[in-house]
Amino acid sequence: MKTLDELKKLRDESLKKMTMRYQKDGFRVQVGMGTCGIASGARPILNAFLEQCEFHDLKNVTVTQVGCMGECAHEPMAEIIDESGQSYIYCALTIPMVRQIVERHIVNHQPITKYLLSERKDK
Amino acid sequence: MLERIQVLICGGTGCMSSHSKEIKKAFEDELTLLGIKSEVGLVLTGCFGLCEKGPVIVVYPDETFYSHVSVTDVRAICEEHLLKGRPISRLMVNDPIAKTKIKQMSQLKFYSKQKRIALRNCGQINPLDINEYIARDGYMALGKVLTELSPEAVIDEVIASGLKGRGGGGFPTGMKWQFARSSQSDTKFVICNADEGDPGAFMDRAILEGDPHSVLEAMAICGYAIGSKQGYIYVRAEYPVAVERLHHAIEQARSYGLLGDHIFQTDFSFNIDIRLGAGAFVCGEETALIKSIEGYRGMPVSKPPFPAVKGLWGQPTNVNNVETFANVPVIFLRGAGYFRSIGTEKSPGTKVFALGGKINNTGLVEVPMGTTLREVVYEIGGGIPGKRQFKAIQTGGPSGGCITAKDLDTPIDFDNLTALGSMMGSGGMIIMDEDNCMVDVARFYLDFTVDESCGKCTPCREGTKQMLDILNKICEGEGTLEDIDELERLGEMIKKTSLCGLGQTAPNPVLSTIKHFRDEYLAHVTDRTCPAGVCSNLTHFVIHDNCIGCTKCAKHCPVNAISGWPKQVHILDQDLCIKCGACKKACPVGAITSEPLHKGVSL
Repeated sequence: MKTLDELKKLRDESLKKMTMRYQKDGFRVQVGMGTCGIASGARPILNAFLEQCEFHDLKNVTVTQVGCMGECAHEPMAEIIDESGQSYIYCALTIPMVRQIVERHIVNHQPITKYLLSERKDK
Repeated sequence: MLERIQVLICGGTGCMSSHSKEIKKAFEDELTLLGIKSEVGLVLTGCFGLCEKGPVIVVYPDETFYSHVSVTDVRAICEEHLLKGRPISRLMVNDPIAKTKIKQMSQLKFYSKQKRIALRNCGQINPLDINEYIARDGYMALGKVLTELSPEAVIDEVIASGLKGRGGGGFPTGMKWQFARSSQSDTKFVICNADEGDPGAFMDRAILEGDPHSVLEAMAICGYAIGSKQGYIYVRAEYPVAVERLHHAIEQARSYGLLGDHIFQTDFSFNIDIRLGAGAFVCGEETALIKSIEGYRGMPVSKPPFPAVKGLWGQPTNVNNVETFANVPVIFLRGAGYFRSIGTEKSPGTKVFALGGKINNTGLVEVPMGTTLREVVYEIGGGIPGKRQFKAIQTGGPSGGCITAKDLDTPIDFDNLTALGSMMGSGGMIIMDEDNCMVDVARFYLDFTVDESCGKCTPCREGTKQMLDILNKICEGEGTLEDIDELERLGEMIKKTSLCGLGQTAPNPVLSTIKHFRDEYLAHVTDRTCPAGVCSNLTHFVIHDNCIGCTKCAKHCPVNAISGWPKQVHILDQDLCIKCGACKKACPVGAITSEPLHKGVSL
């Protein structure tokens, strides 16, 4: 290491790995991982969320898993809670859907209504 | 892949001794088995502070706080919490008031009342990974100092912060640096005093084990300020984990170019080496410490000349304590004004205390100066276990004194504690309840200083021994009233005539217990009784008629002196009894008491 700028760069690099210990606000992604969720493939979905967060370099997102969310028929599901506390439940997720959701909803703050559980029920 | 969950396992001394290393191993095995190893981060951190509840584990991002975790619990944590997201409530801490489980670390009163500056990274980062320290703005203070400030400006900033030495003396750190800087010499030294010897104090150990880089960074800043190229850390060999982590930290800092030649492309070069001490208490005294580093017996020399003028190998030397150094980077990161805004006018900043003795939350706490003793004992410390009555706090270890219940509301700072006849010392706090005999406590501390006296000056070598003999006599029931006066006379003399701090403060525990608990001394010499029931020659234990016959006392008795059938009043055989008091502690209804000898033996 030679300069202060290099140190700052290293700090920001290292901070990425540790943000979860200090970041308390921002988006929270909860993937339903009851037996139903796991059986219908919630684990790849969870990993996809993590990969996408890393890809977009998102620091204020907490990805975590929760138990059965109740609508087992529509698993895998994920609840996204934004900064204001508003919650959105996406259902029947696939990995391409996760990419879109992270890009549009979390990065650009535009929920994708057609994937929401509330939309699905109307059909 | 980015980690989804991070599991922080306490790697402090307390938790290590209750198998936190094995717990980490078990986590590794279990996570591999479940196939989720890549998404879960495992970190062995420094001390979390709440040693009473160890081994402690914190699971992020939700900050779930698990206490008393054993190796067999690991499987449940992995399968339930890490895999399925269901936290395990049986391992969480109970909230004594609301009767519910406390889920998050920040909800614990123990943590919410604290202000952590010196311990800012302990329990937060992996001490073996320099990148985690850098992520927490590590070495930024050094970078700022080297590229923006002149050595004089550095010293001015430390003086402005009002930081005082945390090792016990309470001397302003900035002034000390100033003295070392104004001494003319090409070679100067920086020494970190990590020879922590007070019984019951372990904050320096926790900092070295949990956040070694903060000390290295501060030593380099100090080196720049006083014009030194070489630093030494004098740490006792009985802290093997601290030594190992320091070695590792120094290696890492060197490989990153944060120690060595031309740090941050400036002309400043600085190196740090470790010197091991054999664990002598007197080597915490700076001149004795310097002698020990030079290879001689650790014996103090008279001051002046002070180390700042003529120290290690005759060169100007600055000696600071570990906790003092750990505060320094914060002063440069957040400014002297921020540091001054915490604590009191005369003693800014925080102080780390090691709580021990009769208290619920044994462990390390860091509070702003000016916090009252009552807050520390009852709110952070959680009060006295077993519904016992508070009696006194011993602060400052073998150099300090006792503080009684009437002074519990005193705000803690250097001057207030000295005014009460005790001292800050390095920050050990031993809490005592009604079952502690103050004469015995004084004897314990004096016994320690007699052992640790280096023997160079007569008052300390002979005087403390004489005092100890008198105390032994009193505890055995052969003391007289003149003995108490003699203790006071000797104590004052030793204080005035000893060479170094060890001797000058050695009589303090005796003098302060005589001052606050003279009635207990009088009970020992005139009534020939020990009110607390500790001194075995002056007491005997009696089982009263309210005994419920639960047989607990009989089970705890080491010499089988108690007999009796269940649900009947038990009988204690006075001839066999060794007066250890185990039965009194075990009794659930308080039917066993210690009585003065002359009250007669009821069989």
